[in-house]
Amino acid sequence: MEASKPAPFQFVSRGPISRALEREGTLAFWLLAPTLLILTVFIAYPFVLGVWLSLSNSTVGEPGHFIGLANFYKIFADSIFRTAAYNTFVYTAITTVFKLALGLWLALLLNRHFRGKSWVRAFILLPFIIPTVLSTLAWKWMFDPTFSVFNWLFWKLHIINSRINWLGDPDLAMGSIMIVNVWRGVPFYAISLLAGLQTINPDLHEAAAIDGANRFQRFWYVTWPLLLPVTMVVVLFSVIQTFADFQLVYVLTGGGPANATHLFATYAYQIGIGTGLLSEGAAISLAMFPALLLVVVFQLWYIRKVENR
Amino acid sequence: MMIEGARWRKWLWFYLPLGAFIVALLFPFYWMVVTTVRPDGELYRPWNHPLYSPFWTSHPTFEHVKELLLETLFNTWMLNTMFIALAATLISLACGVIAGYALARLTFRWAGLLGTAIFVTYLVPQTLLFIPLAEIIRDYRIGDTPWALILTYPTFLIPFCTWLMMGYFKTIPKELEECARIDGAARWQAMVYIIFPIAVPGILSAGIFAFTLSWNEFIYALVFLSSPEQKTVPVGVTSELIRGDVFFWGSLMAGALIGSIPVAIVYSFFVEHYVAGVTGSVKG
Repeated sequence: MEASKPAPFQFVSRGPISRALEREGTLAFWLLAPTLLILTVFIAYPFVLGVWLSLSNSTVGEPGHFIGLANFYKIFADSIFRTAAYNTFVYTAITTVFKLALGLWLALLLNRHFRGKSWVRAFILLPFIIPTVLSTLAWKWMFDPTFSVFNWLFWKLHIINSRINWLGDPDLAMGSIMIVNVWRGVPFYAISLLAGLQTINPDLHEAAAIDGANRFQRFWYVTWPLLLPVTMVVVLFSVIQTFADFQLVYVLTGGGPANATHLFATYAYQIGIGTGLLSEGAAISLAMFPALLLVVVFQLWYIRKVENR
Repeated sequence: MMIEGARWRKWLWFYLPLGAFIVALLFPFYWMVVTTVRPDGELYRPWNHPLYSPFWTSHPTFEHVKELLLETLFNTWMLNTMFIALAATLISLACGVIAGYALARLTFRWAGLLGTAIFVTYLVPQTLLFIPLAEIIRDYRIGDTPWALILTYPTFLIPFCTWLMMGYFKTIPKELEECARIDGAARWQAMVYIIFPIAVPGILSAGIFAFTLSWNEFIYALVFLSSPEQKTVPVGVTSELIRGDVFFWGSLMAGALIGSIPVAIVYSFFVEHYVAGVTGSVKG
């Protein structure tokens, strides 16, 4: 130790503020204060206000008064709302299965060594990073009933004779929207699962191979169990996002044709902002809450379980 | 023989599916580019027209780009989005870095509870609260101004930044701070001068990710802004370039393409940080 070397930090003042900040609790309070302020004003308060709105008969510019659960009775009796609720669950379930399966497949492909791997990895993330509405516009153009490139392609391949009305046919529109959602979601799954795959020790695979496990067995008994915690978190995140999706439907169909493709969020927008029935719109939005809460609680429980293991 | 068999198999099980993934994931962007430079006469040929030439164009034109840049408010939207995204990102980074530090490295009462609370707000989707928030924005009289977005975007950016930074701070050894403290540093000095510089890669990841998220945001911008000259790129392109039922696909695709460029540039410079952000966002 060189005693002559000056200490790199010099404290001129040891005033009351400096001394107070030496206490971890005080310092933590001041470090968290801005975050808590913003989250209280723009998350907690809107939530309370949203609950109040949903229990009142407010419209734009009219404060309204308490009417109990009338809005909820009204929306549950509304056939468009029930279609939207059904759509949301089906949309979330089907796209999640496809995103997980395709994402995992892509992750396994990317986990191998090949030339240009970093380029491929960089490019396949594009659907995830390019602003969603902008890429969705490209899809809307590709799904155009008259100018669709898919129709041209299937026609040239002799699969169809007459046009497919991708977004205009009520039976097809939801499927078309799901294709876009899967397209946008697969890169996120693939990159996250790839990160999970890279933490798995290759020795385990070798050991299993020496013990005579074939490719499938190695995946099922070694890779999958080790990948499960990452997979669960990715899936839960994506379920929340998909369940609350708005942009795809808003751009592709606007909820049409004949209100066949609404999700909770787009119907809430149409009623709450479009028609100005604030309280009813707030009620439709809040109808998402129980399902979201369930997913969040499960996620917290799962993370805790994995951490304590 | 063995090797040939292996090569054939590798093509079937590896190159073919990988190639299919790449084509499927990138084709829409190629389509945007081709549509942007395609002249109108060629653009509006029905799918079963004998001259429909989907994958190239013989007469590339910049008409649509010119129209977009000179005859619409596109430049204004770009500037608006840039300003809003930068401001929201800076606010969120400042709050998220210090909050993440407190939650990861200080011991205090309620630490666990606050950490969980911030994590839960991270999971709140924008579509749950946009209607009451629109009321609040109106009450504060900041509707139709950039502040409506600069103040509300941090609600989903701060939890994300906090979460990412918590994970990053946890990987930095405690001894570094202890050394600084022995050298006479105050607790906050150890944080600012020792830990923050080490955390720069994490801060970069969080910032880049937050920037792209703000550029991407749609529903708040759609609901809180109304006049055309206040809009952001995603909202402007979807609402102002479509007049009635008429879609101007050439300039629409030009707008989608050029509107994506800032995000693409940021992304291309910081791919590694970005990937760290994506994976960090789910790892914690």
